[in-house]
Amino acid sequence: MTVIWAGIIAFAVVAYVVMDGFDLGIGMLFPRLRVGEERDSAMNSIAPVWDGNETWLVMGGGGLLAAFPLAYAIVLPALYAPLTAMLLGLVLRGVAFEFRWRESNHRAAWDLAFTTGSLVATFAQGITLGALLQGITVEGRAYAGGWWDWLTPFSLVTGLSLCVGYALLGACWLVMKAEGELQDRAFALARPLCVAMIVAISLVSAATPFLEGQYYQRWFAWPGLLVTVPMPLLVLGVGWMLWRSLGRRQERAPFLWVLSLFGLCFIGLAISIWPDAIPGRVTIWQAAAPEKSQIFMLVGASVLVPLILAYTAWSYWVFRGKVGSHGYH
Amino acid sequence: MTDAETALLLARFQFAFTVSFHFIFPAFSIGLASYLMVLEALWLKTGREVYLTLYRYWLKIFAVAFAMGVVSGIVMSYQFGTNWSVFSDKAGPVIGPLMAYEVLTAFFLEAGFLGVMLFGMKKVGKGLHFAATCAVALGTFISAFWILSVNSWMQTPVGYVVNANGQFEAAGSWLTVIFNPSFPYRLIHTVTAAYLTTALAVGGVGAWHLLRDRGNSGAQTMFSMAMWMAALVAPVQILVGDQHGLNTLEHQPAKVMAMEGHFQSHPAGAPLILFGWPDQEQKQIRSSIEIPGLSSLILKHDLNAPLAGLDTVPRDQWPNVAIVFWAFRIMVGLGFLMLGLGLWSLFARVRGRLHDWTWLHRAAVAMGPAGFVAVIAGWVTTEAGRQPWTIQGLLRTAESVSPLAAPAVGGSLIAFVIVYFTVFTAGTLYILKLMGKPPLPHEPDPAPIPIRTAGITPVAGMKGEKR
Repeated sequence: MTVIWAGIIAFAVVAYVVMDGFDLGIGMLFPRLRVGEERDSAMNSIAPVWDGNETWLVMGGGGLLAAFPLAYAIVLPALYAPLTAMLLGLVLRGVAFEFRWRESNHRAAWDLAFTTGSLVATFAQGITLGALLQGITVEGRAYAGGWWDWLTPFSLVTGLSLCVGYALLGACWLVMKAEGELQDRAFALARPLCVAMIVAISLVSAATPFLEGQYYQRWFAWPGLLVTVPMPLLVLGVGWMLWRSLGRRQERAPFLWVLSLFGLCFIGLAISIWPDAIPGRVTIWQAAAPEKSQIFMLVGASVLVPLILAYTAWSYWVFRGKVGSHGYH
Repeated sequence: MTDAETALLLARFQFAFTVSFHFIFPAFSIGLASYLMVLEALWLKTGREVYLTLYRYWLKIFAVAFAMGVVSGIVMSYQFGTNWSVFSDKAGPVIGPLMAYEVLTAFFLEAGFLGVMLFGMKKVGKGLHFAATCAVALGTFISAFWILSVNSWMQTPVGYVVNANGQFEAAGSWLTVIFNPSFPYRLIHTVTAAYLTTALAVGGVGAWHLLRDRGNSGAQTMFSMAMWMAALVAPVQILVGDQHGLNTLEHQPAKVMAMEGHFQSHPAGAPLILFGWPDQEQKQIRSSIEIPGLSSLILKHDLNAPLAGLDTVPRDQWPNVAIVFWAFRIMVGLGFLMLGLGLWSLFARVRGRLHDWTWLHRAAVAMGPAGFVAVIAGWVTTEAGRQPWTIQGLLRTAESVSPLAAPAVGGSLIAFVIVYFTVFTAGTLYILKLMGKPPLPHEPDPAPIPIRTAGITPVAGMKGEKR
């Protein structure tokens, strides 16, 4: 039961990163797009789906509280500042999204809020990841560190890396969805981001095993080596495919290749972390809620999550194809 | 004050601030969703254009209010962990699943039906569209159901055991947990409050436009409907509130003592203190105006019934009497004003002057925001009245808080205040702007622009689809 719930929450996180990643990325790329039609098209391309995307975040948080209350209770205070910043960023961006269209005389200000919110939220999520990986101080059943513990060179690097990753996702999404000048611009933005992404993955991967304790063991001892050796090759290979597909101006392939890159990152993270709820501190079994709570929730989740997934799939299907400047057609 | 005490106080401020901001919007959207359902039903039944006009008019406002509620709700779902981590660890196994159900149902609804409701009138046909409206109204109610169940469990916890980790977990049936003793009362009282709040807001808007143009049929209809609601629901709400109070007396007597301002026990009939200044140090109400025996009459249905006071409760288990005492009086006072407005409107109706009695309209405009104030005051009464506990009698607020330094909480509180005031001021101004426009025949549908609340519904994008 605990493993099932760990799977559900991991799935919510992956779904969130993949889906909200590209629309946060577009928020960060916004200043590079021309005011007017380009920005409107970019916004239109994510308009129908982004709110659904964000709801996975609420599900991840809500699920964590219900299924792993101890992990929820330790991680959230430990990451107080970045999480607060993330929430405020998301609030700002969500409302900017709405008012940008309604109050056209303040559009420049709302655009700025949209970009700032996206950037802050992404950077904070990256820092959260870094801070979790580098380990947080736990005593008994509570966080025992200070409120700046999350700030280290490593977490800054993961923060920047995630910004690069999301921006790349956003650019490739635009490549897929846009036409004309906006698409040209997206191609132009994607190439340097592609290089930056590979550099970022390399940096984070190279630093992680040397953080402390278990990571080094996992990656450089048998049977971890089985994964360690091919991993860099796979990343480089996928990176090369991405680069090439951009060069050939393929429209869908780049987005899929970026998703593959993210997939490799998730596999790497899974190897580093499993089966911990808080890396190196608390396992999922220690953090788990009593079985009774997990079963009660699973009843609802097993009905509603598939419905939501089907619904999401359907809406992405309806909105397939190019966006145009006046919404999907 | 020590650093820990400061941090606790700041965390409480932050929670009160964010939850109050959040609560305003659901209180409005729960009522509006049902109002829209009634309007559409009337339109389908009578075919009268004015109902469709009003439906479209309020739909635009509903969309914005709903969006604000969702945005501010995301913050709430994380704040339990960031600021109340010990509470989350201990209560998570009980309240976590209930909150997860709220998220799942709300998401399902948001994704599934709101978009149809907002954009789908011409695309899915009248019957299906009405079904979507009903589903949204039902969904807002289901959201309230789960959240209030959680809150009620914190007020009147039952059906739990404490496990080896010090966590509360469900002992037997989940139904015992969900339908805990205060839940039915709180649910009815809160949902009725949402209806009344909406009725007053709708009535205020209608009155505003009647003051400018008596002949506007949309304004006439919405004002009339709202005043029926005020006249019928306000007295019901006063009765429901009374029952809720009796329930509280049974389970959380200290809260009622603070509401009544009873520092001392009254063995031979307790007076109803109308006004006064609670002095917690001196354990008395200064310069009070009292009606002898009335409190006993209300709470025990007997003028001379003995009533215990806070002197029977250990000093370290008292709530802040002044806050509870005054919040309660604001709520009740506004409730009676609402009743008064409702009765006035009945009188005006009998005299056939409902649509041209300027002073009635002015009063209705003034009472437009009263529901929101009353809802917040009621919330403060019940939450501050539960102090010093987060889970009544089991877990103290001081023991629930996250181990955070005061500057961290202070910083986040400032950030929340700045962002919330900017963002929600913009939202509220926009709603007021929409309300400032009179309802006109052939009210357009919401502009087909991207909207957060449309969720992932593809209906908006189906314009060009061949069917």
